[in-house]
Amino acid sequence: MSEHKKISIVCFSGDFDKIVAAYTIATGAAATNREVTMFFTFWGLNALKKKKGHSWLGKDFLSRMFNFLMGGLKSLPLSRLNFAGVSPKLMTGMMKKNNVATLPELIEAADALGIRVYACEMAMQILGVTKDDLVDSVQEVVGVATFLNESEDAHIIFI
Amino acid sequence: MHFLDITRETCPMTFVKVKLQLARMDVGEELEVILNEGEPLQNVPRSCEEQGYQILSVENCDDGDGKHRVIVKK
Repeated sequence: MSEHKKISIVCFSGDFDKIVAAYTIATGAAATNREVTMFFTFWGLNALKKKKGHSWLGKDFLSRMFNFLMGGLKSLPLSRLNFAGVSPKLMTGMMKKNNVATLPELIEAADALGIRVYACEMAMQILGVTKDDLVDSVQEVVGVATFLNESEDAHIIFI
Repeated sequence: MHFLDITRETCPMTFVKVKLQLARMDVGEELEVILNEGEPLQNVPRSCEEQGYQILSVENCDDGDGKHRVIVKK
């Protein structure tokens, strides 16, 4: 058995293009024999919500407002030139046209490759999001200490 | 012999498809991969070897498109 190189990716951004970058690195790394952990925090949590559009998650007025405005996987904005949400759809069309894997395809590949997905306890607390609100591929809700322990001898990438 | 054509795939799905296909196979089985020169040709065989698989052959398909045929043994 060859030794395992490790990569940990902090998915802080909830921007469509940055999440695509995170999943591209993650799946590429897992497919080339690396052990991969993705740690989703703050805006990044939007990519993990079961409800992929705009929904009123949360337990108080502010968290419900935030979650509704941020939305889920299908409402991630492009980091530049978003044009009120039109651009991510155009970009997905361009990706398909050029045989580049779309975000749902990358996420499916990440699941198939057994990439470890963690969600940040603290950010979930602030936003009033529970583990039940997140997709089943989330293995655990953890804090920064667990993430750092798991990433002890890994390259850490912050996106 | 299993078969996989990744010439229409781009990074990172080139690696992902090969990895997942090999994961589905039994030890001792062989996989024929058709891939493009450049990044896939440089890195797919190498990453298979890193995972402990054996590269039995790499040959140019001689179709003028730079396609190559790689045989991997799990």
